[in-house]
Amino acid sequence: MPLELIDSPGADSNQREGLWTLNFGPQHPATHTTLRLVLQLDGEMVVDAEPDIGFLHSGFEKLAEVLDYNQYVTIVDRMNYISPMANEIAWHHAVEGLLGIELTPRCKYIRTIFAELMRIHDHLLCTGTCVLDLGGATAFMYAFNEREKIYEICERASGQRFHTGYTRVGGLLYDVTDDWVQMVREFCKTFPKAYRDFAGLVMKNRIFVERTRGVGVLSKADAIAGGATGPVARASGVERDLRRDEPYLAYDDLDFDVCCAEGGDCYARFQVRMMEMLESLKIIEQALDRLPSGPVFISGTGKEGLPDKREVYRSIEGLIHHFENIMPNRQMPSPKESYYGATESPNGELGYYIVSDGDFRAYRARTRPPSLLHFSLFSRMIRGCMLSDVAAVLGSINIIAAELDR
Amino acid sequence: MTESAESDWKQVLEKALPSANLRWSEFRNQHRVDVPASAIVAVLTALRDAGMDQLCDLTAVDLLEYPGATDRFEVVYLLLNTTSGQRLTVRTHLNEPDLKIPSAVPIWFGADWLEREVYDMYGIVFEGHPNFKRLLLPEAFESFPMRKDYPVKGRGERHNFPIITRAES
Repeated sequence: MPLELIDSPGADSNQREGLWTLNFGPQHPATHTTLRLVLQLDGEMVVDAEPDIGFLHSGFEKLAEVLDYNQYVTIVDRMNYISPMANEIAWHHAVEGLLGIELTPRCKYIRTIFAELMRIHDHLLCTGTCVLDLGGATAFMYAFNEREKIYEICERASGQRFHTGYTRVGGLLYDVTDDWVQMVREFCKTFPKAYRDFAGLVMKNRIFVERTRGVGVLSKADAIAGGATGPVARASGVERDLRRDEPYLAYDDLDFDVCCAEGGDCYARFQVRMMEMLESLKIIEQALDRLPSGPVFISGTGKEGLPDKREVYRSIEGLIHHFENIMPNRQMPSPKESYYGATESPNGELGYYIVSDGDFRAYRARTRPPSLLHFSLFSRMIRGCMLSDVAAVLGSINIIAAELDR
Repeated sequence: MTESAESDWKQVLEKALPSANLRWSEFRNQHRVDVPASAIVAVLTALRDAGMDQLCDLTAVDLLEYPGATDRFEVVYLLLNTTSGQRLTVRTHLNEPDLKIPSAVPIWFGADWLEREVYDMYGIVFEGHPNFKRLLLPEAFESFPMRKDYPVKGRGERHNFPIITRAES
């Protein structure tokens, strides 16, 4: 790396002597993905940190302008690979808001179940790696074991473990089977024990608690003005959850609590995520009990929903219907408007601001990435902490570089 | 956001800027206000003081190929009141060659990276930003790839990067 490309130290650090610069990342085990931090250190104390991002920039938002509303779902999958389906649900939530589509009750419930499974999925990895970075490899394995089961649930429904591409405008790729429902019920039964094992290893572990409590504090005022959302904001005492405040999908019918903590440190963020996993489990159980029957696609022969695949292969009407929905010049028109649709993704408020020029593809689709805003608060959180706390703070804000850079 | 809430914000802005040319619109219950670029700081400050405590998102749209558009760029501020949950979209328009707008960092410091990203992708300059440079792309990159006149695929990107030899590294 040529010297002139290394960022100049901040104004504050110029006044102090004996500071040294440490390049943290982009290839460092605690960055998980590719992030780079330029740290100004006074001995072992972090005086300033400047994140340098963009290593995973892949032009996703530019691709949104050439792919149609159904095709782009494969791209949003890859944005947050820790909870892919949550991104799909957020994307189609925004698209359906723009088009004015009201989903069928069954579709709403299945998406709700998946959204909550993804929350557990995300939090298991985030909390697990947070502990792993601080030296606790065992707990991480307990967490990852449960993630494997969620992969299998995704595979049973969509045919894909990871990048599912499962949602469609107005519905889902396939309906779920009773088999799948049994699988999720089985998961709900076995998860509490695994959760207890995991929490028992970590929550009262003295080393873990001492390395996270009081570290990386984010005040409530900073969390609000800095744009923090989701678990990061709730750990700082901002009582806000889009599932409750702007109910979408089936959240209105379901009973759950918004998990908050005081303190705003790494331990509070960890606690909020641990509590949220149990709330998600509660939501999944309720949704399974109430899972309505009926179609997963919005009805009718109009252009809103794709026809059933069996119809497409076996009848001429179905084939024509499919053709009318897929061909670029015959697709459903969208209003020439802009619309912002947001969901509570595991990481925070994940929204899409879509500007449409009348086609079935976005003229501009902006992702509101929670990771970007959380990472911009990183230098505020880390100032005054020790070098070894960098890994703790990074782990607690759950940065997903693909979403950060898009 | 309810109808009465929209009129609340209307009152706030009319009180703060009696002579400004504001256009209100609504789509699926989302309220928007178009303001002139010169009034943007006054509008955002008035809204912040009236309760819009979070800048949810800041982005831009290149209207080059948008049917019927007369302006080139649109800068979009999505505001949120974290207590009441009310949202408001503030939009302003910019045209070449004057792609400059005052920074919103003094109002919400969360605007920092969002403004740098808009500059990175669209080349809109936010004046008064404390650390203004590209966010995602390398400093040596010369174009603004989210503009509509930048091709989705093709040649011409690679030679924007400086070539560093092994000896120089």
